[in-house]
Amino acid sequence: MAKQKTTRSLDVRAKLHQSVNTVMAALLCILIGLLVGLLVLLIINPEHAWADGFMRIIQGGFYDYPYGVGRTLVNGAPLIMTGLSVAFAFKTGLFNIGAAGQYTLGAFGGLYCALVLHLPWFVCLLVSALLGAVWGAIPGIFKAYLNINEVITSIMFNWIGLYLVCEVIYGRGAGPMYDANNTRTWKVQDVSPGSLIPSMGLSEYFHTTSNTIAIFLAIAVAILIWVVLEKTTFGYELKAVGLNKNAARYAGINEKKNIILSMTIAGALAGFGAGLLYLSGGAEWNPLNTTTLPAMGFNGIATALLASSHPIGTIFSSLFVSHITVGGSFLPTRYFPTEIADLISGIIIYLCAFAMLFRSLIGHVMERKRKNTEAAAAAPDKTGKEGK
Amino acid sequence: MLLLIKYTLLYGIVLMLVALGGMFSEHSGIINIALEGIMVIGGLGGVLTVAMLPTGTAPWLVVLLSVLVAALSGMVYSLLLAFASINLKADQTIGGTALNMLATAIAVILAKNYNGSTSSKVSYTNNAFLFKIGGLELNIFIPLGILLLIISYVVMYKTRFGLRLRACGEHPQAADSVGINVYKMRYSGVLISGLLGGIGGLAYIIPSVQTWSFEVGVAGTGFLALAVMIFGQWKPMHIFGAAMFFAVFKSLANIADATVLSQLGWSSNIYNMMPFIASMVILAFTSKNSMAPKAEGIPYDKGSR
Repeated sequence: MAKQKTTRSLDVRAKLHQSVNTVMAALLCILIGLLVGLLVLLIINPEHAWADGFMRIIQGGFYDYPYGVGRTLVNGAPLIMTGLSVAFAFKTGLFNIGAAGQYTLGAFGGLYCALVLHLPWFVCLLVSALLGAVWGAIPGIFKAYLNINEVITSIMFNWIGLYLVCEVIYGRGAGPMYDANNTRTWKVQDVSPGSLIPSMGLSEYFHTTSNTIAIFLAIAVAILIWVVLEKTTFGYELKAVGLNKNAARYAGINEKKNIILSMTIAGALAGFGAGLLYLSGGAEWNPLNTTTLPAMGFNGIATALLASSHPIGTIFSSLFVSHITVGGSFLPTRYFPTEIADLISGIIIYLCAFAMLFRSLIGHVMERKRKNTEAAAAAPDKTGKEGK
Repeated sequence: MLLLIKYTLLYGIVLMLVALGGMFSEHSGIINIALEGIMVIGGLGGVLTVAMLPTGTAPWLVVLLSVLVAALSGMVYSLLLAFASINLKADQTIGGTALNMLATAIAVILAKNYNGSTSSKVSYTNNAFLFKIGGLELNIFIPLGILLLIISYVVMYKTRFGLRLRACGEHPQAADSVGINVYKMRYSGVLISGLLGGIGGLAYIIPSVQTWSFEVGVAGTGFLALAVMIFGQWKPMHIFGAAMFFAVFKSLANIADATVLSQLGWSSNIYNMMPFIASMVILAFTSKNSMAPKAEGIPYDKGSR
C-alpha cells in the first residue's frame, strides 16, 4: 500500500517536473525573442528604444486601456483557435501548416452565410468550421491512403484555397459579397446584423466595435479539446497514433481513420477561428490580396509550439502573442517599423523548433540542483514530505 | 505571344533556380520549406545592392555585385536552417516555417530602415540586367540560369560530391560507415540551396519592375518552387521542364486580363491555382514509387541505428 503510494507520488512529481520544464523552456524562448527585439530597437533608434519602443511592446494593449486590451482579445480569439488547430494535429504526429488555408475557407463559409444567406450567427460559425474541416480532411486523406506528407499537401491546398476564395468573393468585381468601394467584403453589421456574434456589452466596455463573446467561445473550445485529448478513448487513440503509428495499429487502433479525423478536426478548429474574427466584425476580407496567406494561420504554429501543444497552454500563449502584436502596432511609426512584433514572434517559433533541447537542458540543471539539495538535507526533507 | 514567352522565361528560370536549390537540400536529407524566406532575403540583399551602388557604376559590375550579394545573403540565411536542423536536430519543417515568417519581417524592417520612412518600397534601376534579342526582352538571369542548371546536373550526377550528397539523403548511416561526413554534406546541401534560392529571389524581383514592396515578400514563389521540385521528381532536367510548364500558367495569369484570353472568362486566380492542382495530381499518381530522398526530414544522429 505504502509502496504504491510512493510510486504514484513519484509519478506525479515527474509529471510536475516535466510541465515545469516545459513552461520554463517557453519562457526562455519568449525572453530570448524579446531580447533580440530590444536589440533591433536599439540598433534602429537607440534614443527612443526603451521608453517609446520596448516598453510599448511589453505593455501591449494596456498602453491604451481599454481599447488596446479589447483589440488583444479580438485578435486573440481566432489565434487561440488556429493555435489549437496546429496543436491538435501535433498530438497525432501531424504538422498542420495548412491552418492558413483552412482559416481562409472558414472565413469564406462564415461570410457567405452572413452576407448572402443572412443566417443567424451560430449557423454561420458552424459553416465556417465545416468548410475548414473539409479543407483539413483533404491532406488527411492524402496522408492516410497515399502516404503523402501532410506538409506538402497542406501547402498546396493553402494556395488553392486562397485563389479559390478570392475568385468566388471577387467574382470579377461583381460578387454579391464584394463591396467595390472598399475593395473588401461588405461589413457584417450593415448587411446582416443577426449574423453578428452577440457582444453582450463587451464592445461598449472596451470602446471597440468588435468585442464579442468570441473570446469565451474560443476558451470553451480549448477546454473541450483538452477534455477530448486527456479524458476520452478517442483522444487516447489519437495520441497513440501520434506516438507510434505501427504500435497503435498493432494495438487494434485504426490509424488511417484517426489521421483523417485528426486533420478534419484541426481544420474545423481553424475554420471556426476565422468565423470568430469575421463574424465579430473584426475585419473584412480583401479578395484582391492574392499574394499573402492570412498570418493568423502561421501565428497559430507559434502559439501551439510555445504551449508545447497543450490546449490550455495555447490560450495563454495566443493571448501573449496577440498582446505583443497589438503592442507592436502602438509603436511610433516615426521611429520604428511595427513589424518588430512579427520579428519577435518569428524568433520565438525558430527557438521553439529546438525547444526540446532547452527542455532537456533545463531538466538537467534542475535535476542536478534537486540532487544537491536532497543530498544536503535528506532526512528533514523526507519527514517534511510525509507531514504533507 | 512575345509577352507570353518573355514572362514564361522569366518565371521559369526563377522557379527552376529555386527548385534546384531545394533539390540539393533535399538530396542531402534536409527538407527546405524555408525556400520562400531565402528568396526574400536574397532578393532584399541584391535589390539593396543595386539601389545603393552609385549611378555611374559599370553595368557588369552592378550585375556581378548584386548577384554575389544575393547569393551570399541567401547562404547566410540558410545557415540558420542548417544550424537548427543539423546541429540541434530540430524539426526541419518547423524551423523552415519560422524562417519564412522571420524573412518577411526582417525584409520589411530593413527596407523601411533603408528608406528612413514608413514605406517598405525600394526603388532601383534594372537596365543593367536587361538585353534584347529581336523584339524579345530578356534578362541576364536566363543565360545564368541555364549555366547553373548544367552545373547542377554535372555536380549532382558526374562528381564524387554529388554521389556522396545523394547517399546522405538516402541512407546517412551507410554513408557515414564508409567515411563520409554526413553533417558536412548536409551543410553543403543547405548552403547550395541558399545560394540558388538567393539568386532566384533576385531574379524574381529585378527584371520585371523598378520598385518592390517587401511587404508581399515573393508572393508564394518559394512554395511554388517546392511544387516544381516535386513535379520534377527531384531531378535537375525534369525540374527544368516542370519549371517551364508551371511558368506558362503563371504568365497566363499575368496576361489573362490584357489579351484575347480574357474572352475565355478565366481570371488570373484560376491560372494561378492550376500548377498547385497539377502537382497534387502528380503526387497522387506517383506516391506508390516516390522519388523523394528516403532519409529526408530525419535528423541524423550518429549514435542511432
